[in-house]
Amino acid sequence: MNLHEYQGKELFARHGIPVLPGQVATTPEEARDIAASIGGLVVIKAQVQAGGRGKAGGVKLVHTPDEAYEKARDILALTIKGLPVRKVLVAQAADIAREYYLSIVMDREKKAPLIMFSAEGGVEIEEVARTHPEKIVRRHIGLEGLRPYQARAVFAGAFPDPKQVAQAADILMKLYRTFIEGDCSLAEINPLAVTPEGRVIALDAKVVLDDNADFRHREWETWRDPDEETPGERLARDKGLSYVKLDGDIGCIVNGAGLSMATMDLIKHYGGEPANFLDIGGSSNPEKVTAALRIITTESKVRAILFNIFGGITRCDDVANGIVTSLRESPLAVPLVIRLTGTNEDKARQILSDNGLGATTSMDEAVRMVIARAQEVNA
Amino acid sequence: MSILIDKNTRLIVQGITGRDGAFHTQQMIAYGTKVVGGVTPGKAGERVHGVPVFDSVADAVAATRANTSVIYVPAAYAADAIHEAADAGISLIVCITEGLLVRDTLGAFHKVLAMRGEGNPFGRPRLIGPNCPGLITPGQAKVGILPGHIVTPGPIGVVSKSGTLTYEVVKQLTDRGLGQTTCIGIGGDPVIGTDFIDALTLFEADPKTEAIVLMGEIGGNAEEQAAQFIKRHVSKPVVAFVAGQTAPPGKRMGHAGAIISGGTGTAAEKMAAFQAAGVPVARIPSEIPSLISELLARRRARKKNGAAKAKASVARMAPSGAKKPAKGPAKKPVSRAIRPAKKASKKK
Repeated sequence: MNLHEYQGKELFARHGIPVLPGQVATTPEEARDIAASIGGLVVIKAQVQAGGRGKAGGVKLVHTPDEAYEKARDILALTIKGLPVRKVLVAQAADIAREYYLSIVMDREKKAPLIMFSAEGGVEIEEVARTHPEKIVRRHIGLEGLRPYQARAVFAGAFPDPKQVAQAADILMKLYRTFIEGDCSLAEINPLAVTPEGRVIALDAKVVLDDNADFRHREWETWRDPDEETPGERLARDKGLSYVKLDGDIGCIVNGAGLSMATMDLIKHYGGEPANFLDIGGSSNPEKVTAALRIITTESKVRAILFNIFGGITRCDDVANGIVTSLRESPLAVPLVIRLTGTNEDKARQILSDNGLGATTSMDEAVRMVIARAQEVNA
Repeated sequence: MSILIDKNTRLIVQGITGRDGAFHTQQMIAYGTKVVGGVTPGKAGERVHGVPVFDSVADAVAATRANTSVIYVPAAYAADAIHEAADAGISLIVCITEGLLVRDTLGAFHKVLAMRGEGNPFGRPRLIGPNCPGLITPGQAKVGILPGHIVTPGPIGVVSKSGTLTYEVVKQLTDRGLGQTTCIGIGGDPVIGTDFIDALTLFEADPKTEAIVLMGEIGGNAEEQAAQFIKRHVSKPVVAFVAGQTAPPGKRMGHAGAIISGGTGTAAEKMAAFQAAGVPVARIPSEIPSLISELLARRRARKKNGAAKAKASVARMAPSGAKKPAKGPAKKPVSRAIRPAKKASKKK
């Protein structure tokens, strides 16, 4: 799960990382009230999970509550990189003397958390990595954790004032604690700013949580932004299905993530466009099959649907039962192509044929068939 | 021959009394695997499908001389189960469980790694997974959840990040008469115990493995590293496949590790890396059997020619025992699939 900036800052503040006071608003009126309560120079920032918000006009400085109202109204009307802005963060603005970049990310290759620090703050780190890789300090953190002297070493020579090194090291120690206790896979401060008075503060927050840890963080559920999810994605999450919506018109329901991706690829290979990624997983609960069909038919403009099931733990007869039950409850308006092979394949075939349905055994054949059916619908 | 598991595998099942643990215990026994014990704390003395249950891995090892463990315990306890198996002297630890925290996996990974280094009395432990289907050596042993009926003994080593995609490809290989030495699913998590390079190293060293199928997917850079490794260190033919060519950036495609982030980890990059290393890439799964059988035939022809030449030279020295040199088929280019951009000119 990716957090919004305002949520990330809440998490940072809870661990003692200095952030400037601010609150989130969903209407221009709220923005005006928050600006009035903060007083002075205030920044209005679009809360969407996309980089380049400033360039897109999603970040504005305002001097008065009325100006906050106007700018918040403008920003709330924006769509940034396809994401409609539904919330703005209204926060105290700071004068900035210098900007830095600081993050901790899980490095899957080296199998350790990685600290990245750069004096090139305020721009995307991927950009710095491309153009000036030598300007990024990288330090892996061992299993024993991060020690203050190691934190100080990261910033050696980077700040004009040793007091700022101490502040930055303190922030890094706290960021590490946030990363570990918060079960993050990324905790990023960009920019880490130094004010003209020499204070070091986190002006932005980008946090990605390890979804597998949600069982031990009850508050995560409240952080989930319902606006960021489509109804189909929500239903998929409730039913324990992995689902990603795409732009095509051929729906696919598959067991297993790798086979799901390969099925999408194969649809594309034979000239079709997949409408989704949907993995019903290892279990063969008929309820999941019903939910999967409902998600696909309501979310996308599908013209045909493909089931691709390789029975291992998943039993083909269970899937067949699920398909039959689901179709009985709500018949499909689009053609259905079924490919089943593996555990209890024969039983599944019997169940399907008893209900007037057929199934193929070859994945290639099934994909070509579903594309042909979709084209018939188009014609 | 095979890698990692065979007739000598003595397996215990951690989480044997759970639904998945019990079901797959039965399946593994039915395949002929020597399942010598199971572990569920507090359930010592029970039996599951005739297999004795112990309270701890240490107890199970003491009583059964188990050398391999497979883990089906829930995600919240799975990392602990890996630590326990390593401490009890298990040499091959296979974690099927999905949903471990990356940080928990890290702890277990480094623990096992450290034990590999320090010459411990039990030998060098190895972790496979988490979030993997396990492995199977056709006709000998099955550890995990790979279905037994789709495999058959033969010369192909299979390594994959996926579960059902592996079944799909292995079945297609089997249907074409291309049997396997061992099929290993290394798992789709961001951090896993055994990676492509480890598996390639084992297959390269296994005399019975003549060719290798490698199946990767989007996310991370394990495929790129594997490509480099193959170029330098693998003499056997390898065919690669990468799933997720149509995956959008920033979205997790089922597996925790299958995500294109910051524009890297795409299927296109990985396929290009394999091609640059001289590894043929199948565009679709059904191209894999033809590609591998072509490479296999060429390798066998080369070997035969080599052997024949060697024999011929022996024959020249001792004419009485001379045999006709075998005729090998001419070298044919790899057809159909994307051809390597450049032939790997040097193997260092």
